[in-house]
Amino acid sequence: MTAAPALSVRNLTTTFDLGASRVAAVRDVSFDVMPGEVLGLVGESGSGKSVTLRSLTRLLPSGAEVSGQVIWQGRNLVGLAPKDLRKVRGGEISMIFQEPATALNPVLPIRVQIEENLRAHTTLDRAGRRRRSQELLDLVGIPDAARRLDEYPHQFSGGMRQRAMIAIALASAPRLLLADEPTTALDVTIQDQILNLILDLRDELGMSVVLVTHDLGVIAQTCDRMAVMYAGRIVEEGGVSPVLGHPAHAYTLGLLGSVPQAGTERTVLRSIEGTPPALSAIPPGCAFAPRCVFATDICRTRAPELVGTTEGHAAACHHSAMVRHQLGVSA
Amino acid sequence: MRARLRPRFPKCTNVRAPRVMLEYVLRRILQLIPTLLFILVVVFALVRLLPGDPASAVLGDRALDADVERINRELGLDQPIPVQFVLFVKSFVTGDLGNSIALKVPVSTLILERLPVTMMLTFMAAVFAVATSVPLAFLAALRRGRATDTVIRSGFQVGLSMPVFFVGLVLLTVFGARLRWFPVGGYGEGFFDHVYHLILPSITLALSLSAVLMRNLRSAVINVLDADYVAFAESKGLRSGIILFRHILRNALISTLAIFGLSIGTLLGGAVITESVFAVPGAGRLMVDSIYGRDYPVVQGLTVALAVLVSLTFLTTDLIQAWLDPRLKK
Repeated sequence: MTAAPALSVRNLTTTFDLGASRVAAVRDVSFDVMPGEVLGLVGESGSGKSVTLRSLTRLLPSGAEVSGQVIWQGRNLVGLAPKDLRKVRGGEISMIFQEPATALNPVLPIRVQIEENLRAHTTLDRAGRRRRSQELLDLVGIPDAARRLDEYPHQFSGGMRQRAMIAIALASAPRLLLADEPTTALDVTIQDQILNLILDLRDELGMSVVLVTHDLGVIAQTCDRMAVMYAGRIVEEGGVSPVLGHPAHAYTLGLLGSVPQAGTERTVLRSIEGTPPALSAIPPGCAFAPRCVFATDICRTRAPELVGTTEGHAAACHHSAMVRHQLGVSA
Repeated sequence: MRARLRPRFPKCTNVRAPRVMLEYVLRRILQLIPTLLFILVVVFALVRLLPGDPASAVLGDRALDADVERINRELGLDQPIPVQFVLFVKSFVTGDLGNSIALKVPVSTLILERLPVTMMLTFMAAVFAVATSVPLAFLAALRRGRATDTVIRSGFQVGLSMPVFFVGLVLLTVFGARLRWFPVGGYGEGFFDHVYHLILPSITLALSLSAVLMRNLRSAVINVLDADYVAFAESKGLRSGIILFRHILRNALISTLAIFGLSIGTLLGGAVITESVFAVPGAGRLMVDSIYGRDYPVVQGLTVALAVLVSLTFLTTDLIQAWLDPRLKK
């Protein structure tokens, strides 16, 4: 990890206007994405992982405010003029969404949805755009591409739709793909195909990927590094095997406890008690403290810093030593 | 223009798409046949169920039995009902709808003279309604919850709640009688004079339709703005104009178009009142006069003509909808 990061996020904070007050959905988030790397952002619903992803290219509803730095190719995307941001979106950083059935425009053939991207970011002429869109469908593994280009989203199956969405997102050869729960809406077998497709395309096109998911299995299967989010903050980050093998934050430990394990003796799943705090009522100190079995007085008064435990592995937990010991005892 | 005729690339490889549309169009046109037959049955029955008979309407209360019989024979009313119905259908197929009892001219001539006036009025009203409601609905939706939105919505609310004849009279008094910008009635001579004479009536007629369209389109646009495909389009870095027209407007129009089609029937009904207020010699006024005068041939012919017109409007909006939304062609 000596190369310069492709994307560098520093102190990213995103707030939403709720009429009377402003709430922060993402608070002080920092992370790097290396060239060719797949970074996983994991957390429960409402943890801020999707908002973090959308904040990178300011793809947010009106009333949202982003501060901090998103350094991409030497430029800070926060505060970049809309005209320049438009060139980055789709051209350099693309995004795919959770539900291909609703993210594809139902009234336009796939061809139009690919070609409008090519038109915005490439100098290809009409014939070139046609050729390229057919190549793209081939690339993502949609058979009979020439015919299917003129079909509409409702004529595709769920898996094929997700492939089509990936083809559209990758049309102008972006350097970074933001994937917001790309497999959540799909059958497990199809899920696997789509994740492998994303990994293959990462290798083939040499791009980086930020993958948002709530599924630790997806993270383990796909990502190089991961960051765990809770109540708008990153609470633990590091390589996938150190974090999943030796979690240093009580929340990560809790997440792991709620994943069913195959092959071992059947045990009761340990779910995490309670629910994440509302964004408008985040407790002082550690946001996870009210649900945490390790919590002590310091957790309720002082917010823990994200500090390194071992090389490239960091956690924001006052009791990370105890958490790591705990797994050793229970395993 | 010449350059466009030259093929620049191999034509569409999917031969299914145009065929699906063609099949859909043919199917919808075939479906029109039972609709039209049903309309004929209803009109035939309604006219015969109306109180009073044509002969006494023509001859007055003190008519001789022999004269009544003669009139009934001329109108074919002495025949058994099934025969009358066949003759009735035949008259519409051949276009020979008989003569008006009151005006002594062929009904077909009357319809061809008056119906275009009403069609013109309705068309202009539709244009006014669309031209005002579409941009303002967009503006309101994009400024949702802010002052602009509130002003637009309450403005249209007032328009929706005012009766047509009242609005007509106000416009007539202010812009016709006082300011003298527009004629107070009539239809004029020649196309542009027709348009000029119909401006106030069509604005009157457009008012309630534009309010309905505005409310509908506003909420449709708000729904579409929240759709994932709009966020996806934004994430592709498209120009805002492309996002607005190709992704937002097109999807939002689909549901509003259905309302628009249905409203054309109401609009034709509203034309009756509007034509009376502005003394426009259209089909609406002819209809009212004929009903009062028991002019059965005219009432029959005109009712069927209006019903056909409404059916054709529905067909057209259905076809446009299918063109906008490929999922409807199933």
